[in-house]
Amino acid sequence: MTDLEKRSDRSPVPADWTYAPAPESTDIVRLQERYGLYVGGEWLEAAEHYATIAPRDESPLANVAQASEADVRNAVGVAREAAAAWAALPGSERAKYLFRIARILAERSREFAVLESLNGGKPIKESRDVDIPLAAAHFFYYAGWADKLEYAFPNREPRPLGVAGQIIPWNFPLLMLSWKIAPALAAGNTVVLKPAETTPLTALLFCDVVRQAELPPGVVNIVTGDGSTGAALVDADVDKIAFTGSTEVGKAIQRRVAGTDKKLTLELGGKAANIVFDDAALDQAVEGIVNGIYFNQGHVCCAGSRLFVQESIYEPVVEKLKKRMATLRVGDPLDKNTDVGAINSRMQLEKIEELVAAGKEEGAEIYQSPCRLPEKGYWFAPTVFTNVAQSYRIAQEEIFGPVLSVLTFRTPDEAVEKANNTPYGLSAGIWTEKGSRILWMAQRLRAGVVWANTFNRFDPTSPFGGYKESGFGREGGLHGLEPYLDFV
Amino acid sequence: MAQAPALPRGFELPLKQRLPRIGSIDQVAVEARAGELAKRSIKKEAKVWALELAIRCTDLTTLEGQDTPGKVAALCSKAIRPDPGDPNVPSVAAVCVYPNLVPTAKERLAGSGVKVASVATAFPSGQSPLDVKLRDVQDAVAMGADEIDMVIDRGAFLSGRYAKVFDEIVQVKEACGDAHLKVILEVTELGTYDNVRRASLLAMAAGADFIKTSTGKLPGAATLPVQLVMLEAIRDVHEETGRKVGMKAAGGIRAAKNAIQYLVQVHETVGPDWLTPDLYRIGASSLLNDILMQLRKEKTGAYQSKDYFTND
Repeated sequence: MTDLEKRSDRSPVPADWTYAPAPESTDIVRLQERYGLYVGGEWLEAAEHYATIAPRDESPLANVAQASEADVRNAVGVAREAAAAWAALPGSERAKYLFRIARILAERSREFAVLESLNGGKPIKESRDVDIPLAAAHFFYYAGWADKLEYAFPNREPRPLGVAGQIIPWNFPLLMLSWKIAPALAAGNTVVLKPAETTPLTALLFCDVVRQAELPPGVVNIVTGDGSTGAALVDADVDKIAFTGSTEVGKAIQRRVAGTDKKLTLELGGKAANIVFDDAALDQAVEGIVNGIYFNQGHVCCAGSRLFVQESIYEPVVEKLKKRMATLRVGDPLDKNTDVGAINSRMQLEKIEELVAAGKEEGAEIYQSPCRLPEKGYWFAPTVFTNVAQSYRIAQEEIFGPVLSVLTFRTPDEAVEKANNTPYGLSAGIWTEKGSRILWMAQRLRAGVVWANTFNRFDPTSPFGGYKESGFGREGGLHGLEPYLDFV
Repeated sequence: MAQAPALPRGFELPLKQRLPRIGSIDQVAVEARAGELAKRSIKKEAKVWALELAIRCTDLTTLEGQDTPGKVAALCSKAIRPDPGDPNVPSVAAVCVYPNLVPTAKERLAGSGVKVASVATAFPSGQSPLDVKLRDVQDAVAMGADEIDMVIDRGAFLSGRYAKVFDEIVQVKEACGDAHLKVILEVTELGTYDNVRRASLLAMAAGADFIKTSTGKLPGAATLPVQLVMLEAIRDVHEETGRKVGMKAAGGIRAAKNAIQYLVQVHETVGPDWLTPDLYRIGASSLLNDILMQLRKEKTGAYQSKDYFTND
């Protein structure tokens, strides 16, 4: 009967199931030691360079060019020369190039995803499943409009503007690049784009896609550098400035552009309200809250950083939220099981720390995920503040990190009033099972995007942009073409 | 107590236990979350541990009209010793059969620690009078079943007669005596996640030791979002009452990779406490050989052909 002995006990039962590391290999990415400026289809040398690092361990990745004012002027000049021929191409020909770029991005998606996570610190699952597929989708989408502009704007005779100067942020580097470049090219413009200071690498790798796609020289130009490069681009001889970034810089740009005939679109900060009613599907709402604020470490301009919970369900929601936060896996951005990655830069980390300290001082109650943070690199544990008053800084200012403020409301009217009581107006979320309430709320919320029973969902066909200090102009969809066109 | 537990948060049951609010489930969001969790990458020692856990949690099942003592005896040997070539491979949790085959299973599993589970209550439809169902349960228990897998009366549930469903579970639980009760919701027939949640809470309120997705007799059966909905109900009951109810996913889980996805979901939804055969089961038959194949691959580095694993 020895055969019949049960064997279960032989299997050791660990107290906990620790997932073995599942790192995505970085072999696929080949970085140069030094990058120049991509202008007119060639790499130009720059006088100065700076190191760009991996925020997960502060290790240097490459040296990139610090473009001077003269470099930027030169790039804009090259873009200007290329503009006429590009604009004269039939739309169907421009579309071919855009389709080609989209296809190459999709083919090289793993390479881009790994580099995005390396240079930006975001979890590989996000760059793999969100950033890169969406970036390719934007090129696919706008490729489809390139030969249909007359139909998109009937009887208005759309014409390209000429040269667009584009300045993008560090939170979604390649995705923001595609939001900017795809509609500009489809509309027949040439571009000079400046990636963010801390995350230039996917934009530089994109130059290789441009080369592969055999885009005519000078149609896409990439100049890297810090804020002074951006300022030079704003002042250069461009026909349009498209900027995504902080409200502070956005205001400065608007002042500089004032009095010129440069067109301007600004996509700036936000302090979105995520509003949970007592009839919402609770577990899914909690999931949406987590996704709303901890997605991409909260480095999202439309992040749901103010949570408004109907008072009758305040306790269960906060309880569930804390339990869910405890299961978030914070760590190496390149591990496939990581939910929350590294903070993008030391500067950003310091800003988050400063505001969190202010929150504590103002009297809010803090809870942080009980996670072990790596020693090297920039990290901040997912954080939630309860007992937050509308007047606290953490309820007013954009933190741009994994920090959530929880407030309560009693009636739909109060929810609308509190949600709108902010200088920002980029996005909002509503959680309820009641369809009529969703529509009622959406009409009253002063936000460019209102999500219902979901959050942080993006699609190339859907316009995106803000109210008030969150900026003006729309990107995405048909609306996203308009800022790149002149009409008779 | 002939009351469906449509109770708000804070309502006191006679048992001084409270039920969580029934609320609702958002289909899009729950499927998205299940999809996210399914992408976890489980490797190396974590994978071996998961595969062995999956075996320890398996209810090795045969529920066919053509089941014979011979077939069940073979299955029992497999249950005790899934991989004759590797003494480190653990036994499964239980063998699940029709009542008539309980005596055979009981005899073959005697002393092994592997439990005998029997389906009952006019399985799989549950469309019989209550006294027939109760008699079915009593007989299975009398013949030696350690665990009873009952079906709820979906006809009653879908026509809104929740009280009937509730009362039947209560009486079946009584008829079970010491045997553990698993309540099969047959989620495919319930149609919506809202119904899955409602039935889960109802079954737990009525005394289920386990709630189980499916009979395995219908296509669809267990899915990751369905398990997620049931686990969230289990978690809510645990938080409200302190009571730990088990989960059994059954039907359609055939690949080891799939089984790991189910375990990951348990791990990250109700927590590591549930990663034990006492609180988690997978009802399956063909799954076991795929797990054995994957285990051997992890240990030897090479896949072996199906001919090296016994068909029982």
